[in-house]
Amino acid sequence: MTTYREAMREALRDALTRDERVFLMGEDVGAYGGCFAVSLGLLEEFGPERIRDTPLSESAFVGAGIGAALGGMRPIVEIMTVNFSLLALDQIVNTAAALSHMSGGQFHVPLVIRMTTGAGRQLAAQHSHSLEGWYAHVPGLRVVAPATLADARGMLWTALEDPDPVIIFEHGALYNVEGALDPDAGPTDIDKAAVRRAGEDLTLIAFAGTVGKALEAAEDLADEGVSAEVIDLRTLRPLDTATLLESVTRTHRAVVVDEGWRTGSLAAEISARLAEQAFYELDAPVARVCSAEVPIPYAQHLEQAALPQVRTIVAAARGVLAG
Amino acid sequence: MNDPDPDPAQDRHLLTEMLRIRRFEERCVELYSAAKIRGFMHLAIGQEAVAVGVMGALRPDDAVVATYRDHGHALARGIPAGPLMAEMFGRVEGVSRGRGGSMHVFDAATRFYGGNAIVGGGLPVAAGLALADHLLGRDRVTACFFGEGAVAEGEFHETMNLARLWDLPVLFACENNLYAMGTALGRSESQTDLVRKAEAYAVTARAVDGMDVTAVAAAAGQAVDEIRAGTGPVFLELKTYRFRAHSMYDPERYRAKEEVEDWKSRDPIPRLQAELVAVGALDDGGLAAIEADITTEVDAAVAMAEAGTLEPVADLTRFVYSEAAP
Repeated sequence: MTTYREAMREALRDALTRDERVFLMGEDVGAYGGCFAVSLGLLEEFGPERIRDTPLSESAFVGAGIGAALGGMRPIVEIMTVNFSLLALDQIVNTAAALSHMSGGQFHVPLVIRMTTGAGRQLAAQHSHSLEGWYAHVPGLRVVAPATLADARGMLWTALEDPDPVIIFEHGALYNVEGALDPDAGPTDIDKAAVRRAGEDLTLIAFAGTVGKALEAAEDLADEGVSAEVIDLRTLRPLDTATLLESVTRTHRAVVVDEGWRTGSLAAEISARLAEQAFYELDAPVARVCSAEVPIPYAQHLEQAALPQVRTIVAAARGVLAG
Repeated sequence: MNDPDPDPAQDRHLLTEMLRIRRFEERCVELYSAAKIRGFMHLAIGQEAVAVGVMGALRPDDAVVATYRDHGHALARGIPAGPLMAEMFGRVEGVSRGRGGSMHVFDAATRFYGGNAIVGGGLPVAAGLALADHLLGRDRVTACFFGEGAVAEGEFHETMNLARLWDLPVLFACENNLYAMGTALGRSESQTDLVRKAEAYAVTARAVDGMDVTAVAAAAGQAVDEIRAGTGPVFLELKTYRFRAHSMYDPERYRAKEEVEDWKSRDPIPRLQAELVAVGALDDGGLAAIEADITTEVDAAVAMAEAGTLEPVADLTRFVYSEAAP
C-alpha cells in the first residue's frame, strides 16, 4: 500500500532523477523534510542545491522560481498552504501568469508551484482555505488538483513539461490516504476530467478533497436505487467542459461539490457553463454544495459544519432528483 | 567628479548614448501630446547616466530586469529604437507586439526581462535568473534596476536577504531619484540611507553620483567584476533625479521648482559635454554630427511606428499560453 504523500514524493524523486534542471525549493523542504513530510529524505538523496530550504519569504522564492525558470531551470516551488501563497500573489498573478502574453510570446515560465489546500484538520482560518478558484480565474496559469494516488504520482512530471506555470493543489486531508499504486505508475495527462464512477441518474462534479466524499455519496445514493456518476475535474484551469457536458447530456441533472466558498466559486463557474451550454439538457437546476461563508473555524464540530459532507451531497442530489 | 582615467572615445560613446535617450524621450512627449502614445508613460529625462553607465558594464549574455521607467534602459541595452517606438504606438512590430506599451518592454535577444510595473516585483525574478546561472555554473550577471520607492516593499528586503544568503550574482541598481511618485524619501522611510539598508543584509553596498556617467560606469564596472568573480550580490545606490513629471499625469505639487532647477544644473549630458570640450575631444561640429545621427535614428523609429500595423483582434489571446515548448 502507498499513501498520497508517498506517491507525491515518488513523483518528486522521479522528476529530480529524470532532469538535472529540476530542483525543489520552499520553506522546510530540506532539513525538516517538508511541512507535511512530502519531501522527507530527498535532501539526503539530492543535496542542498536541489532540495533548497528558503527563508520565510514567499514572494521572493516564488519570484526566484519564475526567474530560474526563465533562466533555463525547471523549478518546483513548494508553498506550505494556499493561505501563505497570498504573500506571493503578486509574483504568481502579475508576473508568472502575465509574462508570456505581456512580452508578446518571447518569454515562457515553466514553473511548477505545489501547495497544500483545504480544511478538515482543525487548522483554523489561516491554514485551511480553498482558494483554487482564485487561481483558476487567472489566464496564463494552469491549475491542477490531484485527487487520487495515480494523479499524485503522475501530474508532476507532466506539469514540469508544460512551458507555462502550473499550480498543483494537494489537499491536506489526502496525504494519509492509502491505496494501491501500480508499480509502473508514471506521468498522467493534466488536460482531462475523469469519470470516477459511471452512473445514469445524475452527475456529481467534484475535485481534490471532495472527490472521495462524492464517491461515498454515490455509494449511499446507490442504496436508494439512484445511479450517480462522479466526475473528478482533475484540472481546474482550463476546465474540461466537454466531459461535463457529455455526462450531463446523459444524466440531465448535476450537483457541483466545491470546498471553496459559494460566492464567485469554481462551482459557480461550472454551473454557469452548464446553464450556458446544456440548458435544454437539464431536467432540474444545477445544485451546489460549497463551504459555508465563514473563515474556517477551529472547533471540530464547527469546522465540519462548514464543509461539504457526504450527507449534504446526498441531500443536494435528492433535491435535484425531485426537481 | 574628475574622470580618473579619461578615455575620450569611450566618453563620446557615453555622451551619445545619453543623448539618444534624451532625444528619444523628448520625441515621446510630442507624440504623447499628439495622442500617438497613450496609457502611462514615464520618462527618464535627467536619469540617463544611470542606465548608460550600468549597461556599459554588462556582457551580451548578462540579463537585465528593469522598471516601468524603461525606455532608457532599453535603448542603452541595445534594443533598437524602432521596435521600441512601435511598442508605444501599440503596433505588432513593437518589442512586445503592442501588448506591453511603454511600461512593459521585453526583448529576448538582449535578455531584457521587462519593463516591470509592480514596484519591487522585478527583484525576486532577478534573483531567480541569477540562481539559474549559479546552478548551471555560468558566470553571467543579472542587473536589476529599481527605484528608491521599492526599498519600502517587502520584496526588496526578501530579495536582499535571499541574494546574500545564496551568494547570487545580481547587481542591484537602485535609482534613487528621491521621489516615489510624489512621496519624498524622507516622508516614507525611517532610515533614508539606502546603503545601510543593503548593508543590513551583509550585501556590499556603495553610493554613487548618478548624475555623473563616468562615475556610474566605473562603479558598475567594478561591481560587475566583483560579482562575476563570485563574491555575490552588490548594491549600488545611484543618486539621480528626474527632471520631468513622474508620468504624463503629474501636476508636480510635491516638489519645489527651485529644487528641480538646482538638479538640472547637474544634468549629466552638458556636464560630460563640457568635459569633452575642455580636453579637446569634442567641438561644435562633432556635437552637431552626433545630434544629426540621433535625429535620423529617432525619425526612423517614428516612421517605423507610424507605418506599423495593428495585430489582428483574432490574435488577442495568442501567447496567453506558449505556442511551442521553449
